[in-house]
Amino acid sequence: MTISIRSVEKKFGRYPALNKIGLEIADGELLALLGPSGSGKTTLLRVIAGLEFPDAGQVLFHDQDVTFASAAARRVGFVFQQYALFKHMTVAKNIAFGLDVRKGKDKPSRAEITRRVDELLRLVELEGLGGRYPSQLSGGQRQRVALSRALAVQPSVLLLDEPFGALDATVRKSLRRELRRVHDATGVTTIFVTHDQEEALDLADRVAILNQGVIEQVGTPAQVHDQPISPFVCGFVGEANRFEGGVLNGRFTAGSVVLPAARVADGKAVAFVRPHDLVLDADGFAVQVNRVHVQGALATVDGVTLTGQRIEVTVSRDQADQFTGAVKLSARRAHVFPG
Amino acid sequence: MTAEAAAIRTGPAARRPLFRRRSAIPGFTLTLGVTLTVLSLIVLIPLSAVALKAAELSPEQFVAAAFSERALAAYRLTFGAAFVAAAINGVFGVLTAWALVRYDFPGKTLVNALVDLPFALPTAVAGIALATLYSPNGWIGAYLTPLGIKAAYNPIGVTIALIFIGLPFVVRTIEPVLRDLSNDVEEAAASLGAGRLSTIARIVLPALGPSWLTGFALAFARGVGEYGSVIFIAGNMPYKSEIAPLLIIIQLEQFEYANAAAIALVMLGVSFLMLLVINAVQAWARRFS
Repeated sequence: MTISIRSVEKKFGRYPALNKIGLEIADGELLALLGPSGSGKTTLLRVIAGLEFPDAGQVLFHDQDVTFASAAARRVGFVFQQYALFKHMTVAKNIAFGLDVRKGKDKPSRAEITRRVDELLRLVELEGLGGRYPSQLSGGQRQRVALSRALAVQPSVLLLDEPFGALDATVRKSLRRELRRVHDATGVTTIFVTHDQEEALDLADRVAILNQGVIEQVGTPAQVHDQPISPFVCGFVGEANRFEGGVLNGRFTAGSVVLPAARVADGKAVAFVRPHDLVLDADGFAVQVNRVHVQGALATVDGVTLTGQRIEVTVSRDQADQFTGAVKLSARRAHVFPG
Repeated sequence: MTAEAAAIRTGPAARRPLFRRRSAIPGFTLTLGVTLTVLSLIVLIPLSAVALKAAELSPEQFVAAAFSERALAAYRLTFGAAFVAAAINGVFGVLTAWALVRYDFPGKTLVNALVDLPFALPTAVAGIALATLYSPNGWIGAYLTPLGIKAAYNPIGVTIALIFIGLPFVVRTIEPVLRDLSNDVEEAAASLGAGRLSTIARIVLPALGPSWLTGFALAFARGVGEYGSVIFIAGNMPYKSEIAPLLIIIQLEQFEYANAAAIALVMLGVSFLMLLVINAVQAWARRFS
């Protein structure tokens, strides 16, 4: 199922939540909507789901206009942030609900429903827990139930709102793998919302970055990380040292810091340098090292420039010894934006 | 090692106290002590006194007092009307709570306050007002009489009074649960293809079940014990519209204290049984939470 979103607008009161959003999602794709809170990412997901309706613009499922179709008519599977499980039903009844409410000849036989529920429980590795109530499950297990309940109706699109937000770090990581596996097994077009850039980059085929109701950039995780097209994307995706200064003749200067800035017009500018793009260089700018802390195979160096700007550098463990006292650094790569 | 052991001083705090502390939360002894004292003085001792007083009667006398034709008719009316009233409140209470929780409308604060009025109003005031309204020449009664409906001075009048008294119990127990029921759950049902009716029938109402039962039980229990508002509208005809609490008063006025206690004991027993049953049903309905 391909999905096209064409200049969709949505206002809550006078506050524009979505501002002329355009987005194309390919069949079988796993797309992340990434953005800070209030960026409109959940609103966009709910517009795609049919739980919210846009003020202007169109939503197309496979060239068919579904802008004002109900959630049920769109056949979307929606996984809510707090799972929204039916507390008074067992896990099996929860998963079966979407099939059970069908009427007439659309409704599968009881044996068929049981078979489908068992199959889904197996898919999310919850075999044998069909008889439990949601309150008897852990957070991660509830998440899996919510996922299989959404998949039970064989949705054309699977939509997940902050699917891992309420879970602790270890469960989150394993469920990420799980969602990827389920996506690959079912091949269903999947869109999930997250504010966690690591999650988005780790899991998605493509990432759409939203800010204040506008899509800033859409691309593969590598593209949005390595070739950010705006200061916002650069600061939001991945770690970065931020400098405010000016560009003159292809060189960015902010205090004592000098960075390459080819193809940027002269004038005021903002520059971002990834911590791993800073290297020792005798011709570079001076940095006073304050602290080196080791994180597994890498080491993070906290330092400060002559003009008091704080700097973070990431190096491999074996290089960490060279960062003592005053060092000289230069950037292998910098992202400079006029501003 | 021995030197180390000796180094640990055995101060007074090291001794194990007579009653082991169960919790770091303070006030256990005080609050439980006061609770037990008050419960005993106000609830337990008077209730046992009822049983003791009734025990003054011989078994034959007890049966004669507690299960006379007149007393049986009064029980039937009291428990029957309380049950019907609680059931009617069970329907309208849910609708009222639904309207109050789900929608904003002008005058909502006023409606909200009106719901609590039966809690606050002296029951005799309610009784006089209802009797005046529903009597054959009252504002509402005057319209019902031509239709052949007599709404006062009979069991229907009793039920009307008990509906009035019981409504807030159902509304106020359902309201918080309905408010806590997140929109998510209903949206989830909708996204899975459920229509509005089946969402309400299969998702919302079952979730309200346990609190509905609580509200029903409270309204019912209140109805069984209600006296003030009922006697004005009931007509109080023996065998027809006489409630059990009134029968107890009549016995008391005739200084037949033991007979009064016998009737009271039967009511106590039946109420206790019904609460037990309702509690059991509730426990079953709450199995998922």
